[in-house]
Amino acid sequence: MQINYNFAFFDEGSKREIRRATLKAIAIPGYQVPFASREMPIARGWGTGGLQLTLSLVGRDDIVKVIDQGSDESVNAVSIKKLVQNTTDIRTTDETAQATLIQSRHRIPEIPLRAGQILVLQVPMPEPLRMYEPREAETKKLHAEKEYSGAWLMLFEQIMNYGSMTTGADHPVMVHDRYVMAPSPIPKFDNAKLNASEALILLGAGREKKIYAVPPYTKVVSLDFEDYPFETESFEDRSCRLCGSTGVFMDELYDDVSGTAYFQCNDTSYCLERMNEQSWREGAESR
Amino acid sequence: MIQSEQPMISVQHLNKQFGPGCPQCMNPGSRKLYKNFCTVCHTVYSCQDVSFDLYPGEIIGVVGESGSGKSTMMRCLYFDQEATSGEVYLQAYKDGSRNLFAESTQQKRYIRNHLMGKVYQNPMLGLRMDFTSIGNIAEKMIAAGSRRVSEMETRGMELLEKVHIPIHRIKEAPKHFSGGMQQRVQIAKALSNRPPVLLLDEVTTGLDLSVQASVLDLIKALQRELGISIVLVSHDLGVVRMLADRTLVMLDGRVVEEGLTDQILEDPQEAYTQQLVHSLL
Amino acid sequence: MGYVAVKGGTLAIEESLKRIKFERIKQGKVLDVSRIEGGMRGLIDQIMSESSLYDETLAALAIKQAEGSPEEAVFLLRAYRSTLPRKHYSRAVHTREMRVERRISASFKDIPGGQILGASVDYSHRLLDFDLMHETDEDAARWLKAFADDLGSVNEAGRPPELMKVMDYLIEQGLMISPADDNTEPDDVTRKSITFPASRSQKLQVLTRGQTGTVTSLAYAVIRGYGALHPTVGELRVGSVPVCIDDPLGSGSDDEDSYYIGEIKVTEAEMLMSAAVAKEQGGKELSFEIGYGLCYGQNETKAIAMGILDHSLEQGDSRFPTQDQEFVLYHIDSVESTGFMSHLKLPHYVTFQSKMNDVRKTKMGAAASRAGEKEEVEEICK
Repeated sequence: MQINYNFAFFDEGSKREIRRATLKAIAIPGYQVPFASREMPIARGWGTGGLQLTLSLVGRDDIVKVIDQGSDESVNAVSIKKLVQNTTDIRTTDETAQATLIQSRHRIPEIPLRAGQILVLQVPMPEPLRMYEPREAETKKLHAEKEYSGAWLMLFEQIMNYGSMTTGADHPVMVHDRYVMAPSPIPKFDNAKLNASEALILLGAGREKKIYAVPPYTKVVSLDFEDYPFETESFEDRSCRLCGSTGVFMDELYDDVSGTAYFQCNDTSYCLERMNEQSWREGAESR
Repeated sequence: MIQSEQPMISVQHLNKQFGPGCPQCMNPGSRKLYKNFCTVCHTVYSCQDVSFDLYPGEIIGVVGESGSGKSTMMRCLYFDQEATSGEVYLQAYKDGSRNLFAESTQQKRYIRNHLMGKVYQNPMLGLRMDFTSIGNIAEKMIAAGSRRVSEMETRGMELLEKVHIPIHRIKEAPKHFSGGMQQRVQIAKALSNRPPVLLLDEVTTGLDLSVQASVLDLIKALQRELGISIVLVSHDLGVVRMLADRTLVMLDGRVVEEGLTDQILEDPQEAYTQQLVHSLL
Repeated sequence: MGYVAVKGGTLAIEESLKRIKFERIKQGKVLDVSRIEGGMRGLIDQIMSESSLYDETLAALAIKQAEGSPEEAVFLLRAYRSTLPRKHYSRAVHTREMRVERRISASFKDIPGGQILGASVDYSHRLLDFDLMHETDEDAARWLKAFADDLGSVNEAGRPPELMKVMDYLIEQGLMISPADDNTEPDDVTRKSITFPASRSQKLQVLTRGQTGTVTSLAYAVIRGYGALHPTVGELRVGSVPVCIDDPLGSGSDDEDSYYIGEIKVTEAEMLMSAAVAKEQGGKELSFEIGYGLCYGQNETKAIAMGILDHSLEQGDSRFPTQDQEFVLYHIDSVESTGFMSHLKLPHYVTFQSKMNDVRKTKMGAAASRAGEKEEVEEICK
């Protein structure tokens, strides 16, 4: 390419502006800070919010990991990783523990994040009240007045209609006892990882032009009712076909030979690490 | 006897205008209007110096033709619109020590959610038409802090039963209901938090006569049972006669006459009231 | 040697990119960017306008890279725009100073300065011209020479005088209330995201960046009945306007100190709508209101549509989606709408797995309660 792009794509002025919005988001946990979202070389809806956060934060010493739906090797994750690498020339990794900056769509890694790491989540719909109230001007007021009946009403309706809460992914949470927040479409299974996280969690919505944050050690509670407590997806006693893990979020796959369903860790790098550990241990034992 | 008590709600000098006002109409004393309308600057004076007290367990009727300012007054009392000036005190809120109009929007929301109920003429304004009927009732309870589904379900069923919604239809959305049923769901919703004050704005207008009668019976029964104080707005003197202890007559934004309902019907003093009463006969 | 990740994704992308390049050049013929710039004025103008980036050459390059897909070309330019530092804001551009190439009014037959038809397809017959199949550069050169000779014999009287605006005429005649000057610094929606209720400058910016087709369709809805308006083209101008910036070193914002940095071609539409204005003593009278449209290049449909939507959004009647700011302004951007459509192609395995779990749970719940009912029935029957 003839034109050399800036380090991390943006001009420095843009990066500073995004970081200012990010600082504000960290200062007000769960509050959606509007920012002048830039057009990116990837499409709106494909993680431009997360990408803008990543590119505004990344430095030459960072090690970046990108996952999409739990997988480092999904085409979209690869594509984002490639863009980061092409414009920064920094190191990337698949190993969660090694990364300083993790951009993810729809999952929080299984390996617990630690202090000093930053998790960037891509957000399609940042407004948890949008289905209850379509107008932005109105939802802003509801947040300002901490009027969240709508969020609980949506859950109440699900219980009335289906007998249980059926939000699927993106189950709303209360952050720091103040703001109701959309955690991005992570499965309910991952909601608990938001609470008192050691790592800084940033959420970016590019198309909707919002940045918000869960700073380390912030209290995050999934919305529920006293007699209908929040429940995560359940895989019962199923274990991963590859590494044997239980108690992780799994993909349900279909074996067309045997005609049965089998399960596999959704977090591919976690699965891989477990398998390597096992083979290393077996090797050590046999020696 | 009633007078010895503290009023539940005290409305004092409520004014609501639409428009900026001009030298011809600014001064309330020397205001020159056509009806409630300033012909120079087109400002509409919807409520002019409206004052009244509502006592515990009492029903006050407000009558007047459309455009007389009665619905605007109700909107101001429920904070749907901001009053231009005036004060209102609610006994159940900080012992009636605070002018509600001067409270923050957050406090106003608290008052609406915990201490008042309103039934609108148009059920579209009072209900979420796409949500379940029981969800509509729960909304108000959630807003007032309830987080137990079973409690809300029980209360919702109890109220819907009280307003004669068949139990197998409580999970249906009000948009599938007839006008009378929608109105009854609204009443159930307004009652869900056991509010001390209920505002009823033309609740029977537009309903069939037989349905009207059943809604009125319901209000009367509920009021006796629960001892709520009610402000009831209607352009229909018949409705007011059936329900209200006392009546205010409004014309062009002003209260032109007030007194015991019987008295007003038997012996109207103002020409306008006479005309109204006459039309009823 | 342990387990390693399957690098399927990386490989698949590389191959896919090869395929797309193959599709672009498979016939062994490559488009010359200068030819695109020379011959695709309509597309270039549209793309510059939707990209908010005025550069014909870059637009031509984007068209080449995007194989002529406007949404893709706009996407490329917008992304490129994100890398450019914002060094200056221009001074206000005055369309009165426009070097007019075309100017018409549908309101007055005889406008001061006259109707200037200029370059327009309005009165062309839309018959496919098969001669163009074999047009050569030599044909073009010959035609151009003849055209120049023709012009030479007409006149070269120098710079034409500034043309009076139709709006000025209406104001002078007392048919329109002169809009008050609004000199507040305009908002920049690309630097600070839009807020609601939106300021006029925010609205106009989002409209002028809007996808041409969407802006047109929504404006069509306004005049077909969803907004009850009947507009007239007060004046439509196409031409070039000078762009100046303040002296970067000087402190004043004096005209004298400003620098001319070039000119841009724009289309401007001033749409007139009759409106009732309240008068003293309860009377009403009709007057004219304006809807304003301006976009890069020659794109008359878009400028007119923008003028209609500008006026529509100023009305704010919630019955009409076309007067609802959030409805219109949130949904007309090309990059945002096409991006969100295309994101549906991304895998949603995790969200789907989560939903599947919920569905199973409710089915189990329903089955359990059915079983319960059955037992009850059996109980009663006993």
